[in-house]
Amino acid sequence: MRPFTYERASSPAAAAEAVRRTPDARFIAGGTNLLDLMKLEIETPVHLVDVNGLKLDSVEPTPEGGLRIGALVRNTDLAADPRVRRDYGVLSRALLAGASGQLRNKATTAGNLLQRTRCPYFYDTNQPCNKRRPGSGCAAIGGFSRQLAVIGGSDTCIATHPSDMAVAMRVLDATVETVKPDGATRIIPIVDFHRLPDDTPHIETALEHGELITAVTLPKPAGGAQIYRKVRDRASYAFALVSVAAIVQPDGSGRVALGGVAPKPWRAEDAEAEMPRGAKAVAARLLADAKPTHDNAFKLPLVERTLGAVLAEAKG
Amino acid sequence: MKFDTPATTNPIDRLAVVGKPTPRIDGPLKTTGTAPYAYERHDAVPDAAYGYIVGSAIAKGRIAAMDLADAKAAPGVLAVVTAETAGPLGKGKMNTATLLGGPEIEHYHQAVALVVAESFEQARAAARLVRVTYDRADGSFDLAHAKDGATKPEDGKSDSNVGDFTGAFAAAPVTLDETYTTPDQTHAMMEPHATVAAWDGDRLTVWLSNQMIAWTAGDLARTLKMPKEKVRLISLFVGGGFGGKLFLRADTVLAALGARAAGRPVKVALQRPLIANNTTHRPATIQRIRIGAERDGTITAIAHESWSGNLPGGDPETAVDQTKLLYAGANRLTALRLARLDLPEGNAMRAPGEAPGMMALEIAMDEMAEKLGLDPVEFRIRNDTQVDPVQPDRPFSQRQLVECLRRGADRFGWSKRNARPGQSRDGRWLTGLGVAAAFRNNLLTKSAARVRLDKQGRVTVETDMTDIGTGSYTIIAQTAAEMMGVGLDRVTVRLGDSSFPASAGSGGQWGANNSTAGVYAACVKLREAVAGRLGFNSADAVFADGEVRAGNRSIPLAQAAGDNGLAAEDGIEYGDLDKRYQQSTFGAHFVEVGVDAATAEIRVRRMLAVCAAGRILNPLSARSQVIGAMTMGVGAALMEELAVDRRAGFFVNHDLAGYEVPVHADIPHQEVIFLDETDPISSPMKAKGVGELGLCGVGAAIANAVYNATGVRVRDYPVTLDKLLDRMPEVG
Repeated sequence: MRPFTYERASSPAAAAEAVRRTPDARFIAGGTNLLDLMKLEIETPVHLVDVNGLKLDSVEPTPEGGLRIGALVRNTDLAADPRVRRDYGVLSRALLAGASGQLRNKATTAGNLLQRTRCPYFYDTNQPCNKRRPGSGCAAIGGFSRQLAVIGGSDTCIATHPSDMAVAMRVLDATVETVKPDGATRIIPIVDFHRLPDDTPHIETALEHGELITAVTLPKPAGGAQIYRKVRDRASYAFALVSVAAIVQPDGSGRVALGGVAPKPWRAEDAEAEMPRGAKAVAARLLADAKPTHDNAFKLPLVERTLGAVLAEAKG
Repeated sequence: MKFDTPATTNPIDRLAVVGKPTPRIDGPLKTTGTAPYAYERHDAVPDAAYGYIVGSAIAKGRIAAMDLADAKAAPGVLAVVTAETAGPLGKGKMNTATLLGGPEIEHYHQAVALVVAESFEQARAAARLVRVTYDRADGSFDLAHAKDGATKPEDGKSDSNVGDFTGAFAAAPVTLDETYTTPDQTHAMMEPHATVAAWDGDRLTVWLSNQMIAWTAGDLARTLKMPKEKVRLISLFVGGGFGGKLFLRADTVLAALGARAAGRPVKVALQRPLIANNTTHRPATIQRIRIGAERDGTITAIAHESWSGNLPGGDPETAVDQTKLLYAGANRLTALRLARLDLPEGNAMRAPGEAPGMMALEIAMDEMAEKLGLDPVEFRIRNDTQVDPVQPDRPFSQRQLVECLRRGADRFGWSKRNARPGQSRDGRWLTGLGVAAAFRNNLLTKSAARVRLDKQGRVTVETDMTDIGTGSYTIIAQTAAEMMGVGLDRVTVRLGDSSFPASAGSGGQWGANNSTAGVYAACVKLREAVAGRLGFNSADAVFADGEVRAGNRSIPLAQAAGDNGLAAEDGIEYGDLDKRYQQSTFGAHFVEVGVDAATAEIRVRRMLAVCAAGRILNPLSARSQVIGAMTMGVGAALMEELAVDRRAGFFVNHDLAGYEVPVHADIPHQEVIFLDETDPISSPMKAKGVGELGLCGVGAAIANAVYNATGVRVRDYPVTLDKLLDRMPEVG
């Protein structure tokens, strides 16, 4: 078999240092994505650092009135947390729109942010994929691209980020707390956390090698109507064609982020200024630079229509 | 037993056991996880090594070179099998492409090597070290492009021409001429194709997951160039087949070759990402339908042409056959054309022929009804026929299509449907109702069984029939219990073993009627043996309550069996009743859908199937089959599509994340009604197939309901939201 070594980390910094020491090491938490990718030999780590014992699994209030969500809080537990349900409804709804009950029981908050694309060409190791094998090319461009990005892609990659939770985190202005191998910590705003592919689609986040997510922090509640609407061909257990996370205030102002359309949760603050003018105006600004393919051009009107339905729902 | 005159009264008609809703006798094994599936036969083969298949990375071309050195040197590796090392191989009659490719490559993910190792993980890791260099060749991967070069298949059986279609169509006051498409689809069964193979000298035993034991035994022997008597197949349980396991596939051939090379038993399960391209699939179709009618709705002209593609030597998807039989009309035309494609091989899947054919025909009927200003139920009733419209001297043995439509319309509340589309709304949902006829032929094929009676009075049935989750074990036990006059608890059923008499097998909804008729025949012979031993006239003997009675004598079966027991073997063979009569099954599907007014997401709200399919042997397992088939219909209508990469020539979404089938949330409410029917023309069981009937028509009923909800007519399956979006109402 393809051998790998395994260790249980004793502290977040020790975990980070353990990964740093080995170039092809990975953290493992829920394993719901990594293990599948290992079975397909898309991920081939030589060393796994298990972070499950690090006690990063509680949700605590912050002095600023927000919530600090431990990196290992399971998706099921986070969605069910009464404070999340009361004050961050968009997050609870996004979590419950994702995966299946069994997967949510295992999947963690940090792991959800780090899940990899579901582009079918990424999954087929016979096919060129710049994300899987940098420089090999992109079979998705010019191929079957119904699920893939309409905006934010590049000439090297048009993969989408599959997470629902991350879209809600983006609209909530969450921040990602990390620890580096030397013990230093930093805080990364969610907007800066996921990277666009440009010419390095294999680099997906701002994390350095070995840097471990310890928590995701939500600012104080934003109020408003909080809606997550996921559009898909089947009723459950499918990735979004398009999703909309929205926080709409009684005066019609608010925030919007999109899933299923881009390599990262897609939000444009300048588009939000258009919210009182309605979905058409917001969608036009959000997707102004869209470059859809023949297969996925429908996502543009779908975003506008879904957003329209979300804004109507928010109005009540 | 030759069945060549219609059945009269026989012991099955007592219906003491047959016809009763009966839970599966194998249910406890399945619910406790103890039913042995092929890959788990540790009981039979405790020391199997593991095989892992390498699939071709190109769709068409040649292997220029293979470097096996690293794979062979990898930890735990016992053998590497390739076409070069396997020795001469034949090809199964039912196979189009060879199951071990090289040097020629015929399709993507065609197996090119098997790596055998001590553990699964070692085999998988070593498989990645097999380095193959290919010379890629251009191929034909686009049906729409290849269509114009399509030719009439050799047998030409699907082509028919009655009266003067062209003239009648030109003269008809109301006409329809539309083209419909259905995509490539994969079976997506839960259990992958899997085999454990073990050699004993020159004899080979394979434990596999297979629907058709006799076919596959023959093809395995043919492929390995060995006598059929020296191969034994055992397939006790099948975790879904849907036509994908009718045939010998690469798992079995490569497990056998791997076991020979490694010198020990080997097990192989097709890796999930290989299945869509390595095995068979349902080919895409392009179908043109023309219907001409009088203003009163009488069809005067009907034509159905279908184009599909396949590898050289492969067959077309027979999507036009139901159109020869379903509706009246004096002038008729059907034609099938086959294009050459270099995609993986097409073959049977979930009601081949009628499933995609009805998806097109029954939209066309809905469109035509609208043009005529007729209710679609009434339009179908108006064009009913009780005889084969192509050969009017052949009546249908039973045909209750009209009753199915009327009963279903009544039950479903069809009269509440607004014929004008886009008028019904329930909150955010546009709602609509749709109907389609259901039609599937009933096929007769010989089937044999052996029945033993032991000194405890227990009855054991042996036949190579398979249970693919359909309930074969149970209906065969019911048949034997009825015939021998014992309770179900006194019957043991042993299936899926090539050392047993050859049965009809499971496919084409022919399994239930034929296999139980074979068991009936064997039981008749056993009854004669029992009567003979007791000195009874077998015609007078009554078998009931564990006893044999004649006149005032009554003797326990156990006693009649004697110390050595009694055994009988026989089968059912058919005369020409299926030539003199057309045997088909009929039904009606009714569906309500909701379509989200903003996003055009389509969700089925409720479904009803009314089926007329001869005697229903077990209403419980028959219902399970029909609701499963209706679920497949939802998949075909709304989501299932193998996406073709037309540059590289393969199905891209080749796993269960990319190829969507319905989940529980997609299937809210299903109802099934079986009409009372016995068909004495079909067999002594008076039964017919029903499983696939539950699928044929569902897709169109859904598409028609979507039209009724939205006013958008989608003729290209699957009906997905992107095909509706630009004609949906403003979001407001």
